[in-house]
Amino acid sequence: MVQGFLDFISDSANWAGAEGIGNRILQHLGYTFLSLLIATLIALPIGLLIGHTRRGAFVAINTGNAARALPTLGLLTLIVLLIGIGQVPVIVALVVLGIPPIMASTYAGVSGVDRSTIDAARGMGMTGREILTKVEIPIALPLIISGLRSATLQIVSTATVAAYVALGGLGRYVIDGLSLRDFPQMLTGAVLVAVLAILLDLLFAFAGRYAVSAGLTGRLRRKTDTKTSTAPAPAGVQ
Amino acid sequence: MTWVGDNSTLIWEQLREHLFLSLLPMLLGLLISVPLGYVATRYSWLANPLVALGGVLYSLPSIALFIVLPAIIGTKVLSAANIIIALTIYAVSLLIRNVIDGLRSVPEDVLQAAVSVGYGTLRRVVTIDLPIAVPVIFAGLRVVTVANISMVSVGAIIGIGGLGELFTLGFQQDFLTPIVVGVVLSLALALLADVLLVGLQRLLTPWARVNTPKEA
Repeated sequence: MVQGFLDFISDSANWAGAEGIGNRILQHLGYTFLSLLIATLIALPIGLLIGHTRRGAFVAINTGNAARALPTLGLLTLIVLLIGIGQVPVIVALVVLGIPPIMASTYAGVSGVDRSTIDAARGMGMTGREILTKVEIPIALPLIISGLRSATLQIVSTATVAAYVALGGLGRYVIDGLSLRDFPQMLTGAVLVAVLAILLDLLFAFAGRYAVSAGLTGRLRRKTDTKTSTAPAPAGVQ
Repeated sequence: MTWVGDNSTLIWEQLREHLFLSLLPMLLGLLISVPLGYVATRYSWLANPLVALGGVLYSLPSIALFIVLPAIIGTKVLSAANIIIALTIYAVSLLIRNVIDGLRSVPEDVLQAAVSVGYGTLRRVVTIDLPIAVPVIFAGLRVVTVANISMVSVGAIIGIGGLGELFTLGFQQDFLTPIVVGVVLSLALALLADVLLVGLQRLLTPWARVNTPKEA
């Protein structure tokens, strides 16, 4: 079976054209990034707002938990039956999946900033907006990035499932291969998605390392790390 | 609503399969990750690689894992074993981190006290380390359980998925009711499992309640 996979992936005919592997990867990444972008544009401001005001914890935490329990395939088939087949329902479903982890971890990061740090900033004469952009966001950044990271992973895997409701992308190999009983083709799709997910995950790991302020990556950073890993963090765990 | 009544046997059957497919991996995951986590705290050089490996495994899309597994371990593509093994892998990869964190959270003086009153290693781990680690382990267990319950349904694409089969059924027949029933039952199952785990955690950590304001 592994041989069949190697044959499939090394055959140059399988790489060319609209049905080719190259184009499928681009499609897959396209859906992923578009959905991630929309989800971020919606969830990030809300997370920042409720984190900054420290109100709405109930909403943030519960949407986070509910999203984890939401069956992906059910959501997809439901939305497709409600608004018809096409790209829009699939993007909608992916955005719905992406919003909660981003919102919950942004909220957790911003609201978790030490009260005395904020008081110090206010004491130095910072306005609310300055406190948010210069103090809260930089300190919350590791958690915000981990939220984006889990959202990305969820979206990239779900984009595979979306082929079931007639979307392109790498899921096509899985669904088409299944109906043709062509196991090497299914395996190709599965392996490519897995590789894509791991690469995106690594990308976020590096982004996290470079984007976080150097002042926070020393002793202070380690302290926050142990805190987030032992608490039932709404997003960091995924 | 008549559809629900007419198909209650089918719904009941899928619900039972769903429970089995999601809870068995959770138990297996716990049985594997607790000893593994203990070994990793004992030989601490193991801890970081294990947690990192867990992170990588957890990032694999479930549908991909369901399909790649048969190629690696030689099961049939349509075997429920693929789902169970895949979800067990997710459970271990998530839990291992919590088990290690939990066991490390046991205060050093508590360990020394246990050793000095003559506790052997096994007795100390079972009666002292693990109970103290319960809250942290359970935090992971709750995430695993809820995530597993929602992931099982993806298996319906390859023909084994408990409530997920109501989604494929509804989609093929262009019929909303089975999908709604499946989503609602799946969410209810996740909620119920979570509540049960919280209750179990309270039972296992009676000392945690002593200091709450209500009972003080």
